[in-house]
Amino acid sequence: MMAGFYIVIAHDNLIKKIVGLNIFQAAVFVMYISFGKVAGGTAPIIAEGFSAYSNPLPHVLILTAIVVGVATTALGLALVVRINEEYGTIEDDEIQAADDEQPQ
Amino acid sequence: MALTVLAIVKIRNLFAVVMLGSIYSLLAAAMFVVLDAVDVAFTEAAVGAGISTVLALGTLALTTDREKQPMHTKIVPLCVVFLTGAALIYGTLDLAPFGSPQAPVHNHVAPTYLLEAQDKTTVPNIVTAVLASYRGYDTLGEVTVVFIAGIGVILLLGNWRRERLPEDDRNA
Repeated sequence: MMAGFYIVIAHDNLIKKIVGLNIFQAAVFVMYISFGKVAGGTAPIIAEGFSAYSNPLPHVLILTAIVVGVATTALGLALVVRINEEYGTIEDDEIQAADDEQPQ
Repeated sequence: MALTVLAIVKIRNLFAVVMLGSIYSLLAAAMFVVLDAVDVAFTEAAVGAGISTVLALGTLALTTDREKQPMHTKIVPLCVVFLTGAALIYGTLDLAPFGSPQAPVHNHVAPTYLLEAQDKTTVPNIVTAVLASYRGYDTLGEVTVVFIAGIGVILLLGNWRRERLPEDDRNA
């Protein structure tokens, strides 16, 4: 998880930043799902012969979060494509340099 | 999983980075199965490992697949990351033991859902019952978010922009 955070703040490449963000996100998901685990339990689908089920609420939350995460990823990648059209680069520092060259 | 992430940090070929990101998602999905969250595992495998990768590969096709050698020092980001990580690990010390049925998270509304959901919604899968029935409005909100993201992508990359650009050039 912290490695994902490291990628987000230490790397200049925008696509790599977004991959890092996804890793960060997936690590948080795993943490939430681990809260829902019950020792000796099974998946929360009611069936005969089982009495212990894992907690369904984290699962529901994370299902929603995964889909929202993909929506934000798509938007971020679209922004990257647009930035590349405008500046011809997807490196953070080069974009900054290009901005400094032409004062508004 | 940790190995995959370390490889992502090191490798500068973005195609390999995106593929390793997909493998990481798949490993996360396997972990969800182990933790009894089969619905989440389905979604993570389809959406995280599938759709995200396709989107990222599409972006690579439209931009570039090489990352340049980073110029500046990495000590400050590393310090920030280690401090945050230490603070988070300190936070986990208060958590209930892993897998314990007495954890507070299992004693709030979850037992109600597990006991009532099948009778009230006739769906044996509790995750589906909560998602679509009890928390249906949340799911509607989620669909709204996806819809807005779709609008955003179309506005950023759609054809209408290219049609309008020559006109702007004439005015300028």
